[in-house]
Amino acid sequence: MFTSSIGRKLVMSFTGIFLVLFLIVHVSINACIFANDGGEMFNKAAHFMGANIVPRILEIGLFLGFILHIVQGYMLEAKNRKARSAKYAVSYGNKGSKWYSRSMALLGTLILIFLILHLSNFWLPNRASQGLSLSGEIDLYAKMKDTFSGHNPVTAITILVYVLGCAALGYHLAHGFQSAFRTIGVHNKRYNKMLTSIGYAFAIIVPLAFVMMPLCFHFGWIS
Amino acid sequence: MEHYNMNLNLKVWRQKNSNTKGEFKMYRVENISSEMSFLEMFDVLNEKLIADGEEPIAFDHDCREGICGACSMYIDGKPHGPWHANTTCQLHMRAFKDGDTVVVEPWRANTFPVIKDLVVDRTAFDRIIQAGGYISVNTGNAVDGNALPINKDKADASFAAAMCIGCGACVAACKNSSAMLFLSAKVSHLALLPQGEPERHSRVLNMIDQMDKEGFGSCTNTGACEATCPKEISISNIAKLNQEYLCASLTSEK
Ligand code: HEM
Ligand code: SF4
Ligand code: FES
Repeated sequence: MFTSSIGRKLVMSFTGIFLVLFLIVHVSINACIFANDGGEMFNKAAHFMGANIVPRILEIGLFLGFILHIVQGYMLEAKNRKARSAKYAVSYGNKGSKWYSRSMALLGTLILIFLILHLSNFWLPNRASQGLSLSGEIDLYAKMKDTFSGHNPVTAITILVYVLGCAALGYHLAHGFQSAFRTIGVHNKRYNKMLTSIGYAFAIIVPLAFVMMPLCFHFGWIS
Repeated sequence: MEHYNMNLNLKVWRQKNSNTKGEFKMYRVENISSEMSFLEMFDVLNEKLIADGEEPIAFDHDCREGICGACSMYIDGKPHGPWHANTTCQLHMRAFKDGDTVVVEPWRANTFPVIKDLVVDRTAFDRIIQAGGYISVNTGNAVDGNALPINKDKADASFAAAMCIGCGACVAACKNSSAMLFLSAKVSHLALLPQGEPERHSRVLNMIDQMDKEGFGSCTNTGACEATCPKEISISNIAKLNQEYLCASLTSEK
């Protein structure tokens, strides 16, 4: 079932929705920095996630979800490209489709680049310091401040990648959110409209909340 | 609308057969009436080519009234040309202005190999239909028209899906060369009716199986198909197809 063309789309859809759920948790925890209390609330929340066996086990599932989504995404894209070897000389035939709906793999690649940098900025040093234990986390709030507040080329590039990554995520979700529900078979016109609207709202609010984090630290809006 | 005559430059794909490489050739057509159809304009050009001792341009056509789906041409970057919800045979020359250059290509998809010039082989669609796009009925006297009650909304939705003429424009327009709009129309229109019920599950499984074997790409819900379809088949049929497939996979033993 999961090897047919629709089955593989179902995998994209299930993992996509799973990643959306992850984003809700992630953005909620990180939004604690906006409390502007010197990171007290945020570090408490981060401590709950890092020092608790349940989130640590769920994390493995998250990695599997990401890998499945990314590998399947690239495999589908490769297969779809192969279906037309002779290109059109003139083509604006995609009139009626949005550019971002046709660029899911490109947007995904931008997200992936961001993801690699992002993991090496925070997740990797934190887990390296913890090892397999549930203690020994680093001060993630201080780490964030450290990563984003400098005025040097490395910080500038980091922030640029974060901004691009969040923009790509927004567009990826602007199409992906409603597409995922179509893939699982929601075809009631009213629900499709509703899901499209929720998708747009999600695609704007969540990446915006994320991108405000490095920007706030960089410009000293939170201390 | 005012009638006028025009001269056009045509850039047309010429290809001897599926084994040779094709190329674009330029042609000039003169005194074309704005009330002619696009295919009639090609008839005029072909008569001139025959008179000049050249090979006429091969193109598919049959009904010339927008119902058979044969007239596949990719005109100026759009399947069936610039008009919305329209077939090439129903495209009138008033869509163009005097002096325009018009580029005409065949459908491009590996599943639709070029046979000659603008004619492509669309038997992949026939094989998909053969895999399940039918219903089994007992032969004998025709059943009374309204003997079988059918919900009006379902009858309407089924009829809207049954409008698909199998032209292949959806595949031609799709960045993935996906046949999902075509397939979804064929599956939906039978799945919505009681007559389609006996083969409901095997139909969708077998047709998808055949579609994959043919090598069509998979759908990413971009919507280019719906925008180009001459019969305005709705993309919501694709979601319906996905649902049919999911249900059939989960419940049938195949
Ligand atoms: C937090 C990160 C991500 C989230 C929340 C996410 C979410 C989604 C969702 C909801 C879909 C729609 C599924 C469907 O149409 O059925 C999707 C599709 C897709 N994603 Fe992601 N994605 C993420 C990261 C990535 C990454 C890193 C890649 C890397 C290649 C990627 C590649 C794709 C591709 C190619 C598709 C289109 C597949 C298709 O429609 O056939 N995504 N994503
Ligand atoms: S769905 Fe529309 S574009 Fe596709 S084959 Fe049917 S009529 Fe043609
Ligand atoms: S020739 Fe039949 S639809 Fe155009």
